[in-house]
Amino acid sequence: MTPAIELIRKRVEADAKSYGYYLTPQADLLQMFFEGLETNETRYGYPVCPCRLGTGNLDLDRDIICPCDYRDPDVAQYGACYCRLYVNKAIYESQNLPEVPERRPAEKMARAYDTSIHKQQMPIATNTPSKPQTQTAAQEQNTEVKKKLWYCKQCGYVIYREDPPYICPICKAKREMFAEIDAKIEFNG
Amino acid sequence: MQLSKVSGNKNAHKVSLYTLSTCVWCKLTKQFLSDNSVTYEFIDVDLLDQNDKNQVHEIITNKGGTLSYPTIIVDDKTVITGFRKDQLKEVLGV
Repeated sequence: MTPAIELIRKRVEADAKSYGYYLTPQADLLQMFFEGLETNETRYGYPVCPCRLGTGNLDLDRDIICPCDYRDPDVAQYGACYCRLYVNKAIYESQNLPEVPERRPAEKMARAYDTSIHKQQMPIATNTPSKPQTQTAAQEQNTEVKKKLWYCKQCGYVIYREDPPYICPICKAKREMFAEIDAKIEFNG
Repeated sequence: MQLSKVSGNKNAHKVSLYTLSTCVWCKLTKQFLSDNSVTYEFIDVDLLDQNDKNQVHEIITNKGGTLSYPTIIVDDKTVITGFRKDQLKEVLGV
């Protein structure tokens, strides 16, 4: 195990422990997960989920940085996260990894592909070379993420994200307990 | 965009894999096909440039697939999402 992978192992193990989760029981799979996380951390600067397609744009990838936004509801419902890196005690002991469907919304997954560019380029590709300027403009439009301030009505935790978390990381309240903060700044004088 | 071919003894079906180089289940799918000597072609989508990624989006969604990996397309019509051994065995007859 390289020092970088060792660091990831320690981080993942500590995270599992703090949430009362276990890691996938098969050692060879676990090693592959650590390698995938290390590759993505080197590639993007943050550990994108090895089972999902990252973009390198932090705003677009934020929900799939491991541990991803979907892990807690997935472990609660299926006993394992989408990758099956994190599992609960029952799955760990049975060693039977369940199928876990993708919870990430399709529109978020689609952002890794700039379909607006593709549609523009399809007719162009057969005639003339593509225009980089068009690409940049379309890409910027497609990668715009509207972030908001959310607060947990139970404990007051505040987060500035596109969507509120499924589970509050502080008091474990459900997503329904989050409300948007409507902040207005007025300049007088 | 060129898919890499892995040759085996079983060539009855055209098997195309869309995978991620970092994905554990993609690796296990490739391993399963190789172990069963199935000829297949694959491409690691995370290593492609943006234009090729867009093409993959087009191919997968046109076949009714979701954008999850691995996506396995058999004979240009049957789409299997994820490493589903039972489905692969049934469709490929292995």
